[in-house]
Amino acid sequence: MRKYAGIVIAALFFIFAIFTFYQLLPSDQYIGKQYNYVDPLNGSAANESIPQHYIKYTKNETGAVNAVTAIVVEYRGFDTLGEVTVLFTAATGVSFILSQLFQKKIKKTEANLIAKEGSKIVLPFAILTGAYIFVHGHLTPGGGFPGGSVIASGLLLMLLVYPKFFLSHQKLSYEESVAGSVFVIIGLLGLVFATSFLQNFIPLGKPGFLISAGIIPLIYIAIGFKVGSELSSVVMNLKEVGK
Amino acid sequence: MNFSSILLPSYIAVAALLSIGLYGVIAKKNLLKIFISLSIMETGVNLLLITIGYVPGGTAPIENGNFAKYVDPLPQALVLTAIVIGVSVTALALSLLISYYSKTKSLEYKGGMKW
Repeated sequence: MRKYAGIVIAALFFIFAIFTFYQLLPSDQYIGKQYNYVDPLNGSAANESIPQHYIKYTKNETGAVNAVTAIVVEYRGFDTLGEVTVLFTAATGVSFILSQLFQKKIKKTEANLIAKEGSKIVLPFAILTGAYIFVHGHLTPGGGFPGGSVIASGLLLMLLVYPKFFLSHQKLSYEESVAGSVFVIIGLLGLVFATSFLQNFIPLGKPGFLISAGIIPLIYIAIGFKVGSELSSVVMNLKEVGK
Repeated sequence: MNFSSILLPSYIAVAALLSIGLYGVIAKKNLLKIFISLSIMETGVNLLLITIGYVPGGTAPIENGNFAKYVDPLPQALVLTAIVIGVSVTALALSLLISYYSKTKSLEYKGGMKW
């Protein structure tokens, strides 16, 4: 009964969604006037939409080549601070819920030789790739969140292959709190040396180079460390349940 | 290239992902499957946001000297946030599920009628 009702409701929703999205599709007359980000309508700054502003002025205002990074860290930096806080709360909640469980012993088998030796080779490259991704966040696609996830996935590989692999929770939480504090302190320095919270106060440098874009690389490095340690601690907690 | 013909498959995929997730949430009793369905719906919403910000012929909004048309960067930044929130929600839900399993020895929902 539930299954048929589910199928009927899902099908009705599919039809409804298709009709709704069909209206979102631009009509044929609109195609010629598809907004061109270089020559905004009428050419004056007052008529620009928000994406036009981002595309046109990101490089001059923030020094970052990657517009998405500039939005995440600079224009909407406060939003990112909240996002990092949500991730921190979730990691804390996971460790709180799982620490109350009765822990019984489950025998764990060792992985085979190929997995053990291969993971030793892969782990440094995983950490290096993660670090590369979050250091180059303002130049290439990526940033603190994907880089931290790559590092955490490398540690997940070690956890899967070696049953006795262990990361100290205390050190992970130190790393996490230091990285979070660096983020907030950089924001407060913006309040001191510039006019508002999380505003840039370092010279922008030449766009397209590694040392450029002011505070964006610093904040993204802090976010990378924070996300990496948080996801690692989540994975550690989930693994330790059956121990 | 016709603009509508590029975007239509993407919108159909969004509708399909949302419907599949909705079906899973309604019809399944296994809590793990319900969480998987919620993740599928989340993917659909992320794809919808990205599709709305697409500009035909646009490339990723990274300026590299020679000019190209760029897609809208704002939905991409929002989706980056949404993905991270989704990860934390999934982690919290799974840990609650582990706790539920250790008390009831089952992943099925047992609180009377589901709906």
